[in-house]
Amino acid sequence: MIELIDTNAAAIAAEFVASRLRAGSPAMSMVMTLVIVVDEDEAEDAMQVARQASHEHPARVLGVILGDARGKPQINAQVGTGAGWTGETALIRLQGEVVKHAESVVLPLLLPDSPVAVWWPADPPEDPATDPLGRLGQRRITDAAAATHRKSKAIHVQCASYHPGNSDLAWTRITPWRALLAAALDQQPLKITGGSVTAERISPSADLLVAWLSDRLKVRIERKGSGGPGITEVRLESKEGPIVISRRDGRLATYSSPDRPDRPVALKRRQLPELLAEELRRLDEDDVYAATARRLMKLHLA
Amino acid sequence: MTTGAAWTNPLRDPRDRRLPRIAGPCGMVLFGVTGDLSRKKVMPAIYDLANRGLLPPGFSLVGYARRDWANEDFAQVVHSAVKEHARTEFREEVWNQLAEGFRFVPGDFSDDHAFSTLRRTIEELDEVRGTGGNHAFYLAIPPGFFGDVVGQLKEHGLAEPAPGSWRRVVVEKPFGHDEESARELNATLAEVFPSGSIFRIDHYLGKETVQNILATRFANAMFEPIWNSNYVDHVQITMAEDIGIAGRAGYYDGIGAARDVIQNHLLQLMSLVAMEEPTSFDAESLRIEKLKLLNAVTLPRRLDLTTARGQYAAGWQGGEKVVGFLEEEGVRKTSATETYAAITLHVDNRRWAGVPFYLRTGKRLGRRVTEVAIVFKPAPHLPFTRAATEELTHNALVIRIQPDEGMTVRFGSKVPGTQMEIRDVNMDFAYGGTFTESSAEAYERLILDVLLGDPPLFPRHAEVERSWQILDPVLDHWARKGRPEPYEAGTWGPSSADAMIARDGRTWRRP
Repeated sequence: MIELIDTNAAAIAAEFVASRLRAGSPAMSMVMTLVIVVDEDEAEDAMQVARQASHEHPARVLGVILGDARGKPQINAQVGTGAGWTGETALIRLQGEVVKHAESVVLPLLLPDSPVAVWWPADPPEDPATDPLGRLGQRRITDAAAATHRKSKAIHVQCASYHPGNSDLAWTRITPWRALLAAALDQQPLKITGGSVTAERISPSADLLVAWLSDRLKVRIERKGSGGPGITEVRLESKEGPIVISRRDGRLATYSSPDRPDRPVALKRRQLPELLAEELRRLDEDDVYAATARRLMKLHLA
Repeated sequence: MTTGAAWTNPLRDPRDRRLPRIAGPCGMVLFGVTGDLSRKKVMPAIYDLANRGLLPPGFSLVGYARRDWANEDFAQVVHSAVKEHARTEFREEVWNQLAEGFRFVPGDFSDDHAFSTLRRTIEELDEVRGTGGNHAFYLAIPPGFFGDVVGQLKEHGLAEPAPGSWRRVVVEKPFGHDEESARELNATLAEVFPSGSIFRIDHYLGKETVQNILATRFANAMFEPIWNSNYVDHVQITMAEDIGIAGRAGYYDGIGAARDVIQNHLLQLMSLVAMEEPTSFDAESLRIEKLKLLNAVTLPRRLDLTTARGQYAAGWQGGEKVVGFLEEEGVRKTSATETYAAITLHVDNRRWAGVPFYLRTGKRLGRRVTEVAIVFKPAPHLPFTRAATEELTHNALVIRIQPDEGMTVRFGSKVPGTQMEIRDVNMDFAYGGTFTESSAEAYERLILDVLLGDPPLFPRHAEVERSWQILDPVLDHWARKGRPEPYEAGTWGPSSADAMIARDGRTWRRP
């Protein structure tokens, strides 16, 4: 890690080249730039998550810490390669007036001609697509479950401002549930007449699961409360009987379906690096999320 | 219940690419549970699939072997295999749900009683675990026993699926030791299972980097235009191992490098590198193109000048003193089995006329590497002095299959300085962690494909038989004439192999 004090984008870019040459490997095979917009307190954890995700998606990772916007502008940066990373990293601290012009620091540091993903590990802007940093990315990743204020409404805010390329980790979290439910109907082609999702009181993932199920199945899906952790039960009713997946401990679920024996199935809540890696696997618009976000807004307004 | 062709799962959407493919309800019966293959590859792969949530709820694994074991003993064997060899982290809850579906049936392959027990076990699993009558029989046993096992499966009605369910059989190489035995083997399997239910595992085809050959060739504009005899001088396909036969004397002695590696892995690699563009990526279209290419492959007339073989002698391999092949335990002192084989092949079609393909493989070579090198012709005209281009060799594109997965392009570039001097430089693309750490092991992919009934990555019997047809004349020629030439362990093979390629005015790449 090289510390650059009171620096600018050109000096950071030059340091990338210099550290690559020092490492003896001029070609890094990086496939994208990941911009992380984060607070000082969460910066270290977020960079750690990105480091693990970078094993699947070699990327230039730019951590941007937006400091106090008052006073004299200053840019400090830590630049490095190697040490468990498969790409390059820079943690850039902005202070003073430049905080309002963060995109001018990030733009020259984007890898030429390759995709850009922007991730807000905690409080995202209300409309990521029009955010100055968000505008730089093809993919804008928010996390409604990590919101620190107006928690219960965070996913609604994100769905209301949905724009192609937006995505939320609350949506990523339910991929295993969705896969299991889809597989359940692959195995037994039942006509679903209704259902419910039970989860802790504030669970953006459960809200999205309700929206997805009702959007796909065109039936009413109830949202019920429980002590958690996360989603504890999904139930789909049919004439032949219910399909029930219940998970009390956040790890192991029981799967029951009509005329079949009950079976245990591992359904572990996934950690952030896995979620981020899934999110970076495809950088085009997620049509199914778009439809689900639209449905969530309709359900919310109804 | 809604049924019929009109049913589409409302939760599935082709645009929803996050959803993984999960196999339907099913189980697997593993024959040969004590072998290396089962313990090092199959069992860990099953656990890894379960850990990634890709196995159906209720998946069951039945072990069958001549051991006096109870279900718990079998579970213990799987447990230690998984602990030692699984790729993903060990999680108690995943293990527990998987282990509930373990059963063990003791017996040998001619034991009628044991096979009726197996049948009852499977029926019990359908009942309590909901495996739905879908079972794959994985024969991780020597091919000599295939006949016994599939015969028993047929006799006890285990090979016949009930309507709406499936039975599949999975076999590993060697698929015979020549064309005739391959046909017999296939006839044995085909008598009991329809050809669509026979899955032959060539684990090379499950590797991400091998599948990426097709992506590189057919997703890009810049490679395909020069992928022909106008630009390509020759192609070298290498699979080198640094280890010796490592306790596999019983299998290896009498088989040799050509049968063990060239017939399957290298000819499959060659067909992927050289075939025409398939109309789609489904199994049938791929098979058609691969077979078409193999059908166009010919051997040169003079096999004495265009093939080479060797046998490793004692020497130093990577700083360790190692014994020669003939001194390995279990090898006959007079063995004429080759541990190194190199052959020259031609492809009689418009794309490849006049471009030789050199295939080589060996044990106890310099290092472990598998790669495909496309070596290009020199530029038609060089507007430089002779001295300026002295260090310039052929341009090359190297697809590195393993280890260090990636691609290298080698081309000429100016040496910095006031004079015009040109030398070779390498441009390197490494997959980084992408295709190595976080990606599935070949067996995971292939076992999942078996359970899904998705066959593109499995060689069909026509390809297997055609590959033997190509190789058989070489093996006959070797059997008639002479012995393999000894080469010192830790080197790049016998001098006859260098002489073979030198006759064509070329040299082997040092991989």
